[in-house]
Amino acid sequence: MNTCEHCCTKIDNLTVRFGDNVILDNVNLHVNCGEVIGVVGPNGAGKTTLLRTILGEIPSKGKISFRVAGSASQKTKIGYVPQKLQFDLSSPISVTDLVASAISRYPVWAGVSKDLSERVKDVLSLFSAEHLLKRRLGELSGGELQRVLLAIAMTPVPKLLLLDEPASGVDIKGLSLFYQIVDDLRKKNDIAVILVTHDLAGVSSYVDRLILLNRSVIAQGEPKEVLSNEKLVAAFGPSLWNISCLPNLRVSGDSKNDNH
Amino acid sequence: MDILPFGWTHYVFMKNALLAVLLVTPLFALLGTMVVNNRMVFFTDVLGHSALTGIAIGVLLGFYDPTLPMIILAVVLAVSINLLKNITKTSIDTVLGVFFAFIVALGIVILSRQGGFVKYTSYLIGDILAVTPKQIAWFSLIAIVVLVYWHIAGNAMIITSVNPSLARSRGVNTFLTETSFTVLLAIVVIVSIRLAGILIINSLLVLPAAASRNFARNTYSYTLGAVIISVLSGIAGLIVSYYWGTASGATIVLFAAVFYCLSALLNRFLIK
Repeated sequence: MNTCEHCCTKIDNLTVRFGDNVILDNVNLHVNCGEVIGVVGPNGAGKTTLLRTILGEIPSKGKISFRVAGSASQKTKIGYVPQKLQFDLSSPISVTDLVASAISRYPVWAGVSKDLSERVKDVLSLFSAEHLLKRRLGELSGGELQRVLLAIAMTPVPKLLLLDEPASGVDIKGLSLFYQIVDDLRKKNDIAVILVTHDLAGVSSYVDRLILLNRSVIAQGEPKEVLSNEKLVAAFGPSLWNISCLPNLRVSGDSKNDNH
Repeated sequence: MDILPFGWTHYVFMKNALLAVLLVTPLFALLGTMVVNNRMVFFTDVLGHSALTGIAIGVLLGFYDPTLPMIILAVVLAVSINLLKNITKTSIDTVLGVFFAFIVALGIVILSRQGGFVKYTSYLIGDILAVTPKQIAWFSLIAIVVLVYWHIAGNAMIITSVNPSLARSRGVNTFLTETSFTVLLAIVVIVSIRLAGILIINSLLVLPAAASRNFARNTYSYTLGAVIISVLSGIAGLIVSYYWGTASGATIVLFAAVFYCLSALLNRFLIK
């Protein structure tokens, strides 16, 4: 089912090593346009490494190729929403500063012009975030920050969108708004989405396919199929079993603590 | 007698010093905003102190003017720390501590042979009043380079400071951005060391930006605030040091520290 002609992203035999440590071992993954894939797995399973390898940050063996409108290429426009920002929360960087410095070359330290400010507002308004313009990044809630980062990742519209742990630090309401926005985006723009998460229960009603990753792909398929897989229990431990039986009951807003 | 304290303007060395202050303080403010954002305060302190070893190497190699070996050492140090930061698992704090201890000890050992260290104490305190027109010309050139750099790389630096992976996904070469910034920082710090002195040069970088952060709401007000505080401290410190007969660099730093305290109080009691 993964070898369709419209394939957007093909990952073949991907292996990543840090010294003697094998982080990813022979991973094969094909993502189609308009498809949302959830990648789940325990801590240290190589989920974030997978995203950073697709971004081209980490040297790897194997092949990552993107097919756009029939022609294959090694590069494509990728949107990326990082898990968290390891910056100083007291930094006087406003939402406008961050968005403007991402979408424009005009230096924001010299002031943001009215035109650019309008453009930033337009970008944010698509993600219910225009009211955050003047806030400092450190003053945003987890969900607000996610939406700002998503707005940046979607400008201009990418072919492939990578989301790293959107559930961490976001409340349930913010999270379901986030998933809803991602779902709309994919329908509207026909983009492929790879979503790395701990939030098994929450994500399963939004993704087309669930991949269980633990260094290599342990299981993949429709969420229901994968969630009833015994390997999943082995990987996550029995504590998640109860939640994963009830994919529509999103009890886990911050599931960071639930995976052991 | 003048009614206003303009006596200092009769001296050419004071006018040159003022010119140097007007050129250097905004530069330091600009660089400082990014130093503080990126938590590089200790890093720049190491760079400043490496001047000691740079002088020592210059003396060993028989340089009349040790500026070149000082710059080369500081740049090599900056690039190596930057490389090491990306590969080591040791905390950057510890790495810098090790570099700091080694570089300062090496400099002192070489310079103190046969009790000769006293000759070099002027580098520790600095002397703005000794600035030459040639140095001022150099500062003008460096100011232009920094402004052009800031114009080109400013946005890349902001987004890299927020999240390097995010920056790379936007097509920013983060290694080039970080390395070029540290090299520029090394050069500006070393070239200015004769003015401000090894002991306090880092304060000139850090204090204006730290003070401005206390009330800035965005990058523009942060930058503007730091530049204004830096220039005001520079002018006030220079003039007051003339009347008090004190070291100008340290007097400027004292003014910047007062600005920092005022802005911290303002932040504590008025804004929040």
